[in-house]
Amino acid sequence: MKKNNSIKTVVAVGIGAALFFVLGRFVQIPSGVPNTNITTQYAILGMLATMYGPVAGALIGFIGHTLIDLSWGGAPWWSWVIASTVVGAVVGFMGKKLPIHEGVFGKKEIVTFAIINVIANAAAWLVVAPVLDIAIYAEPAAKVFAQGAMAAFVNSVTAVVIGALLCIAYSKTIAGKGSLDAE
Amino acid sequence: MIEPVISFRHFSFQYRAQKRPTLHEINLDIMPGERVLIAGPSGSGKSTLGSCINGLIPFSFPGEIQGSLTVDGVDAPTAGIFALSAHVGTVLQDPDGQFIGLTVGEDIAFALENECVAQDEMKETVGRVASLVGIGSHLELAPHELSGGQKQRVSLAGVMVDQVKVLLFDEPLANLDPATGKQAIELIDEIQRRTDTTVVIIEHRLEDVLWRSVDRIVLMNEGRIVADMRPDELLSTDLLRRHGIREPLYLSALRYAGADIRPQMRPAQADTLVIGEDEKQMIGAWMRAAGPGREAEERPVLLEVSHIGFGYTPERKILNDVSFAIREGEMVSIVGQNGAGKSTLSKLICGFETPDEGSMRFAGEDMADWSIRERAAHIGYVMQNPNQMISKTMIFDEVTLGIRGRGYSEAEIRERVEETLKICGLYPFRNWPISALSFGQKKRVTIASVLVMGPKMIILDEPTAGQDYRHYTEIMEFLRGLNEQGVTVVMITHDMHLMLEYTPRALVFSGGAMIADKSAAEVLCDPELVCRAALKETSLFHLASRCGIEPPEALVQRFIDTDREVRAHGG
Amino acid sequence: MAAKTVLNYLPRKSVVHALTGTTKLAFFLLFTFAGMLTYDTRVLLGLLVVSLLAFRVSRIKVSEVRFMLVFMLIFLLLNNFFVFVFNPNQGTEIYGTRHVLLPLPGRFAVTAEELFYLFNITLKYFVALPVAMLFISATDPSEFAASLNSIGVSYRVGYSVAIALRYIPDIQRDYHNISQAQQARGVELGRKEPLMKRLRNAVNILLPLILSSLARIDVISNAMELRGFGKKKKRTWYTKKPFGRNDYLALLLGVLLLAASIAITFADGNRFYNPFM
Repeated sequence: MKKNNSIKTVVAVGIGAALFFVLGRFVQIPSGVPNTNITTQYAILGMLATMYGPVAGALIGFIGHTLIDLSWGGAPWWSWVIASTVVGAVVGFMGKKLPIHEGVFGKKEIVTFAIINVIANAAAWLVVAPVLDIAIYAEPAAKVFAQGAMAAFVNSVTAVVIGALLCIAYSKTIAGKGSLDAE
Repeated sequence: MIEPVISFRHFSFQYRAQKRPTLHEINLDIMPGERVLIAGPSGSGKSTLGSCINGLIPFSFPGEIQGSLTVDGVDAPTAGIFALSAHVGTVLQDPDGQFIGLTVGEDIAFALENECVAQDEMKETVGRVASLVGIGSHLELAPHELSGGQKQRVSLAGVMVDQVKVLLFDEPLANLDPATGKQAIELIDEIQRRTDTTVVIIEHRLEDVLWRSVDRIVLMNEGRIVADMRPDELLSTDLLRRHGIREPLYLSALRYAGADIRPQMRPAQADTLVIGEDEKQMIGAWMRAAGPGREAEERPVLLEVSHIGFGYTPERKILNDVSFAIREGEMVSIVGQNGAGKSTLSKLICGFETPDEGSMRFAGEDMADWSIRERAAHIGYVMQNPNQMISKTMIFDEVTLGIRGRGYSEAEIRERVEETLKICGLYPFRNWPISALSFGQKKRVTIASVLVMGPKMIILDEPTAGQDYRHYTEIMEFLRGLNEQGVTVVMITHDMHLMLEYTPRALVFSGGAMIADKSAAEVLCDPELVCRAALKETSLFHLASRCGIEPPEALVQRFIDTDREVRAHGG
Repeated sequence: MAAKTVLNYLPRKSVVHALTGTTKLAFFLLFTFAGMLTYDTRVLLGLLVVSLLAFRVSRIKVSEVRFMLVFMLIFLLLNNFFVFVFNPNQGTEIYGTRHVLLPLPGRFAVTAEELFYLFNITLKYFVALPVAMLFISATDPSEFAASLNSIGVSYRVGYSVAIALRYIPDIQRDYHNISQAQQARGVELGRKEPLMKRLRNAVNILLPLILSSLARIDVISNAMELRGFGKKKKRTWYTKKPFGRNDYLALLLGVLLLAASIAITFADGNRFYNPFM
């Protein structure tokens, strides 16, 4: 039994990273601000990390983000890759107790999910990414913190709004099938 | 004495999440080198039985087992999936799920890699097995460059690298076009002969499996074995019909003509079937008893496609100079092998892609400037997999989605949705979560969700793929009902039964061109056309030629009409 | 085919292509770390020469990677612009002097230090660019998993990467089909819709995509288990190439470059090469 779970995690990381890649690379929602698009991959990351735990979450963020950067043709921007990894790890670590697998995702869970995602994205984009940017690339603090704040805001919003809606819908597909009557 | 390679004794199984056992009291012995077909409708427990043999039960799908199961000397319920995989090779239904490697060679080598086999030995084994299944020259190709049939060959090679005693095929025909399905059955037959492995095929498409002989058919229903006989014996009974399995069409035709099927007639295969003078006369009499054909009235043209051409790149045309017209109230099938351009055609009609040349008119109006949304109000498109279309959790919300934001009041929306739900027989379930529905009901939800926009025509991609006879009939009778209420129905399909039984007219595509536009019966009685479109001749055609019926499509037509009458009377 | 186009693999015969994936991965990592650590202009220029030479011998033409190049140039221009706007005096802060070249109003005076600093940022990125492109374009994706495994990453993680590469094209195709069918029902992500509506519409497209992908996870993990994945502590790889002399040489070069970069950069206790003092 335990063996199968570990294979499932391997596959979930692979498919999760593929989803992260496809959404991050090809699916962009215009944000209203010119030349700035909202990407949706952090919503999926939040959901999958909640479902599969911190290790899977971290790996999905790391592999997915690295592949996106490679596909644009450059060396991965490691500070941001690590930030994505942190998002997956933090959400996975704090959210693993959420009973999404049992089909329960009510008000309490939604609030918890939202708080966890905001914390994770804040930690990643307000702390990890800018600090590493300064350490590795010696970029101006004002610039990297402004970028970080923007990323933290946008990614939190997508993770909370889209991620929570996805989790609710997913939990409903598992919910008990008994006691239904035709009207 | 030879020991059975698979032996079930008083075997029962109950999934952890279910209230009742899925398998009851199974007693079954399969001998080494035997070929056994396990048939049964969906939910009969036939796939569960297969999962017990390869160990997915109880190790991946937990539950409670009673009785015993021995596979090649191993106690299956305690052995574990890894231990069993050295004895049983499983080819799963979904070729894309089983094709894990980035290329053919890697995928075939997968099991060897896991066994830590050295690279030289691995390359040699892969080469040998790949040529055995006829894929040896494609080792460098990626899954996207292969057809469904080729992917299945790779899956087979991938399990044959272990010296397994048992090859288990879970619905091997589900994702293949008819011609490829025929080849798959031939391949299984050939591999079995050459390696003398035991072959277990789980499939409900009986006639297609019987293209090559099997030793036994195990018929399952509601978790029990209801028959375990030689094919000739089973086909002489009415057990198949009673348990929702379609018997070969040539046998149904003989029965409609009043003939009695006996094992001595060797009914398992159309070409070995012994047809006596009596039977020929019965068929002749049955043909003469046909009522006059109904002349269809000419209805106005609804969709007119003229000289359409399209390609993603200028060098590679996917569609070339395609023209046809579909009249109001028609039910038409579009057939042809994968890559013939059928799906692209529906994308062009729905406006997902823009044609490079040619024009389309709907009810006389040029569609060139219509947006996707505007087209959707006239032509609904239903995807093959309902799970890829459903984006809400409740039926009512799902059906409502398409008409929101179009300026209707809440009351109007509610009224329209409820009316659509009534048409689709979903009204009693309107407040159910979609996850509680069966595949066929989900299909109805997706159809309802396009019908709510009020289209005069719907295009469905493979509406019955993977469905057993009962669910197939359910979905198709529903579509026929819609058609009778005036909706024009166009279906892209590989299913020859569907073509024959439900669509008077078929458009045949091959290599980006439309190569025929005639009745489904005529198409399936035309060997050259059948070959070009990767279809399979209907066995009725063979029956007709052997009974000397000219033209053969007359017999096919007679069969379809009788079949419809029988069904209309609740037979 | 499609899996290869995800990362623009360009197969051909060259010294670089003949190296094992492991070597290329290790060299790529060593080299990018060398470039990341240093801000020493002399070291960066040295690395750039190595990088360009490697690109040269790979026989990959610039025209084949033009798309990536253009994308990176735009990215770098924008990045430089933002670096300047947010702090036009970063150069002065780093190098400790101030030579004004163009006296613009306010704090936006252009200094030689700032320009030199921006030049170094750009250089730092350009150093890594050819090697990164090489890594992507000259490594068969089939070798990725094996390479990761042989530099010490668990084979399970390596296989996750292989699965990602395998299924990206499938998921991309699913996404495309789902979003087209949803457009027919008025579900759009474009500018015509208000922002909140766009987000909710995204859910309508993502949900079917995710649910079918989750179902896929079950099928794939069963298929893998039936074929013995995870049975042993190790596994062998069908696509792994044997190590040759050039592989050892390339690895040695990578290690030397990293060591040299660290030594030269930190010899004077400062990451930056300062021509102004």
